[in-house]
Amino acid sequence: MLLGKSQIDPGFLASTARASGQDTLSHCYQCGKCTAGCPTAFAMDYKPNQIIRLLQLGHKEKALGSRAIWVCAGCFTCTTRCPCGIDIAQVMDNLRIVARQEGRTGQGKRAVLFNELFLRSVRRNGRVFETGVVAAFNLKIGKPLHDTELARFMLKGRKLRFVPVRIRKTAEMAGLFAKRKKG
Amino acid sequence: MRVGYYPGCSLENTAKEYDLAARLVTNHLGIQLVEIPDWNCCGATAAHSTDHLLAVALPARNLVIAEEMGLDITVPCAACYQRLRTAHRELTENRAVAEEVAGVLGRQYRGTVRIHSLLETMADVGFDVLSAQVVNPLKGLRVACYYGCLLVRPPSTGCDDPESPQLMDRLVETTKAEAVRWGYHNECCGAALIFGAREVALKLVQRILRNAVDTGAQVIACACPLCQSNLDIRQGQVNKAFGTNFAVPVLYFPQLIGIAMGLAPRDLGLETHFVDPQKALRIVSG
Repeated sequence: MLLGKSQIDPGFLASTARASGQDTLSHCYQCGKCTAGCPTAFAMDYKPNQIIRLLQLGHKEKALGSRAIWVCAGCFTCTTRCPCGIDIAQVMDNLRIVARQEGRTGQGKRAVLFNELFLRSVRRNGRVFETGVVAAFNLKIGKPLHDTELARFMLKGRKLRFVPVRIRKTAEMAGLFAKRKKG
Repeated sequence: MRVGYYPGCSLENTAKEYDLAARLVTNHLGIQLVEIPDWNCCGATAAHSTDHLLAVALPARNLVIAEEMGLDITVPCAACYQRLRTAHRELTENRAVAEEVAGVLGRQYRGTVRIHSLLETMADVGFDVLSAQVVNPLKGLRVACYYGCLLVRPPSTGCDDPESPQLMDRLVETTKAEAVRWGYHNECCGAALIFGAREVALKLVQRILRNAVDTGAQVIACACPLCQSNLDIRQGQVNKAFGTNFAVPVLYFPQLIGIAMGLAPRDLGLETHFVDPQKALRIVSG
């Protein structure tokens, strides 16, 4: 892996280890088992084992700016197989969280947009209004007709709701969302 | 048996047939499902990729409601199941998180609720009891049981062996159908990547369908609304993207069990699938 010149943040390994609760992050000896089992490694710029290596070397910018963290599907195959007991999927989650907090989501624009729309729906209704979220998402990415064939099919099976289901105590949602860290 | 039921948002929308089948079949087996009153969304991928506190606090509210009612919870959706189990784990093992969540929630979770997947709840009835209910054996039907990720991984929250799960196979075998051995039973369908990185997710779906078909499976059984939606309703998009011609029906496991128990296909929501399963099932009865 050629890293070229990039800023080194020697504290990033420790802060990621702390935030993700992974004390063994520094133990990784690059066996590559995570990458071998990863179903989406084929679409990643840095493979899962390389992401861990980037953290060990303090390459914060490269890790946060990677496409890999947004292509990770969170399937936990890596976590299940890591001989060092590192919950790699959890590390990926933390990298996504930090990337969003620091406004470095260029490689994950669509995923972040989807998550935002999803959470807005949960905050408002207490439950996610799938139809509304998907319609808003397709509209925002400029592909309003992306899934029309599916919509037509789901209408036939009366699977599409047009009105969200709201819980009674939607006010409690505001409390849960209140301390959410802004991105 | 009386157990709390957490359907999750998809079961009110795109996966309503899973809800129909789960309620009908459990009722038939004498399991009383008590829907958690005023339950809220578990937050799913959107929450855990965005904010750690929110990812625990959303499921925690449901756990507290169940605890106050003295109920354990059964969860049909793999993703909800994993989020509830993870929240339970965090709240019982991490004091700092527990206090922070209690702060935003205004209520304390004592950690007494047991969370089961619907697979476990059905298996608890007993495989012999299930077999005894079969009036319409699905003999000759080859089923690929698809577990996906979150029912079995990570091992700390999974309900079966992460590499070689058996629960669904054993449940499906009570119908006299054949549960085929196949390699992709616990591979990932891409889940929410279908929105974040569609081309990547479609590739994963294509591989799973290919492996199921190559093994000679006539239908795929699953236990997750996101898996079902990716494998079933995206089949047209997969065929378009890869020049394939897959037409494998993807059923929820209680639908198969329900059919074997002689429940009406319509009541089990069999007409709502993208790939019509009725032809494959007619092979059996015909």
